[in-house]
Amino acid sequence: MTPSQEIWVFAEQENGELKSVALELLGRARELADELGVEVGALLLGSDVLDLSRTLTNYGADKVYLADHPELKQYRTLPYAKVIDRTVQAHHPQIVLFGATMIGRDLAPRIASQLVTGLTADCTDLQIGNYLDPFTGVDHQNLLYQIRPAFGGNVIATIVAPNHRPQMATVREGVMKTPETTTGRVAKIVKAPAEFTDAELAVEIIEHYRKPKSVDLRAARIIVSGGAGVGGKEGFDLIRELAHVIGGEVGASRAAVDAGYIGKDHQVGQTGTTVRPVLYIACGISGAVQHRVGMQESAKIIAINLDSDAPIFSVAHYSIVGDLYKVVPLMIQAYKNK
Amino acid sequence: MQCIVLIKQVPDTKNITAKAMRDDGTVNRAALPAIFNPDDLCALELALRVRDQYGGSVRVISMGPLRALEILRDALSRGADEAVLLSDKRFAAADTLATSYSLSEAVKKIGNYDLIFCGRQAIDGDTAQVGPQVAEKLNIPQATYAQEIWKENGKVFVRREVEGGYEVLALKTPALITVTGGYVLPRPRSARRTIRFRNVTAKPEIEARWKKENPDMPAEELDKKVEAEASRCKQAGLLIDVWSVDDIGADIKRTGLVGSPTRVWRVENVTLHTGESKKIEPTEDGIHALVEELIHDHVLG
Repeated sequence: MTPSQEIWVFAEQENGELKSVALELLGRARELADELGVEVGALLLGSDVLDLSRTLTNYGADKVYLADHPELKQYRTLPYAKVIDRTVQAHHPQIVLFGATMIGRDLAPRIASQLVTGLTADCTDLQIGNYLDPFTGVDHQNLLYQIRPAFGGNVIATIVAPNHRPQMATVREGVMKTPETTTGRVAKIVKAPAEFTDAELAVEIIEHYRKPKSVDLRAARIIVSGGAGVGGKEGFDLIRELAHVIGGEVGASRAAVDAGYIGKDHQVGQTGTTVRPVLYIACGISGAVQHRVGMQESAKIIAINLDSDAPIFSVAHYSIVGDLYKVVPLMIQAYKNK
Repeated sequence: MQCIVLIKQVPDTKNITAKAMRDDGTVNRAALPAIFNPDDLCALELALRVRDQYGGSVRVISMGPLRALEILRDALSRGADEAVLLSDKRFAAADTLATSYSLSEAVKKIGNYDLIFCGRQAIDGDTAQVGPQVAEKLNIPQATYAQEIWKENGKVFVRREVEGGYEVLALKTPALITVTGGYVLPRPRSARRTIRFRNVTAKPEIEARWKKENPDMPAEELDKKVEAEASRCKQAGLLIDVWSVDDIGADIKRTGLVGSPTRVWRVENVTLHTGESKKIEPTEDGIHALVEELIHDHVLG
């Protein structure tokens, strides 16, 4: 059969709730598909998840490939990989995208290996473009540019897979905008095969624990972040106070998290959460490149640091060279007196 | 439990100093110190614990240039029983698919295994793909992001990180485990083993030394000397096997650059936007004006 040329998105869900990255990916997939004049497919796996196909449609899917089966209720690598592998082989999409979540990064490499195709991890941008193969001289049209930081965040690499299909990538959460929803769209529901061997179902989940989420940085409009310069656990009380007063969440640099000042849930940056709030206030953060790539898309950035040479100032819209222990209380006071 | 640990030597990307930067601001990889990938050290530790508790052996495999013998020596000093290096130009410049193919062929050559351990990811690429891809090539189940592992009634239990919590999986062996750093403390090199394995070597190293010290020796004689020394080292347990593409019977269409579907097309240095930055004085007036401006711009409510 001729390849469908569709662009697919793995619509990751847990307990009937779609991950925000799935919607972000639908947004970008829609843009890329419109550029190429092809359709967008959403891969929806789970148990009793048919309802979610409506949401996926509203966010831009033209087709929903649905595998609804009790064995798919909780994520397990082998059954999920089997369904996607079979569905891809039946419909030949040209691109398949996954969120670079813990599930996406467990699942996508297994599938890429099964399909013997390329996979680029943790992309921060996707584009369509041409590629002239320096070895063969072949000019490949309309490839997926898979753009990601590499080498500890010190370089940005553009990766292509000229000769293998589908082109696969995992994409970091929070780097792409969630699209506007459109109502009145109609998507075709395509049943995906869900049949498993005993071996594929042999791994058992004995226990599954999630602590209630204490912080949602991705959804925060304002983030007040502390770094090594905060100096200690107690210092974060001041960061929390400012965040509370102006209605923000508390973030942190890796240095502050590694030093034990605050929990990892709060970490912003390459190994933490990528954020794009309306306002980001960096207090005592020097701004290693790994941190900056996780927050530089913020609409407004205020940096407070004693060291006027701190790299964080290179991305700041407002630079305050000074002691955060003086500046932050002044901000709290100024806001309260507004 | 027969354990195999896949380890990688990586440039220390977390500690890039001015020395490692070129004038144009790019990173000179060669100038960075090469280290034992941190997650792989934790994978080795978990494997050693499994062996110490349940019996068996720990074999380590690395793929890379001869320099990677350093981390294999390190692994032996920490308690690994055997080490193998895959080294061949035809393995080089591989992406994760080709890497996982070569590693899985080496694992197949070793054959007898219950558990394969890998670090969650390597700090030079941060892809976390090779582990799951090796598992797929061997057609065995995987448990990624492992923190802890134990055995009960013939089954292996893995506690693994999931978003915002953890889960416990029960698996039958053989299986592949990728290990997240930070949950176990890798044991230090034992002094006794460090001394013992200080002189552990590999045939290409022996050959290079003989060539250097005896530049005029006829090739045939040199080969004999090298063979003799290698076999002495092997008998003393001081030889790391170095395997080529041919040694593991790999298909050269699937190794190295040739076997890699992905190509790095363009690499740019990170230039973060500077834009216009407004300097704010750290005074009451300065901060007051800033807060007012933010409220005016509807940034603050």
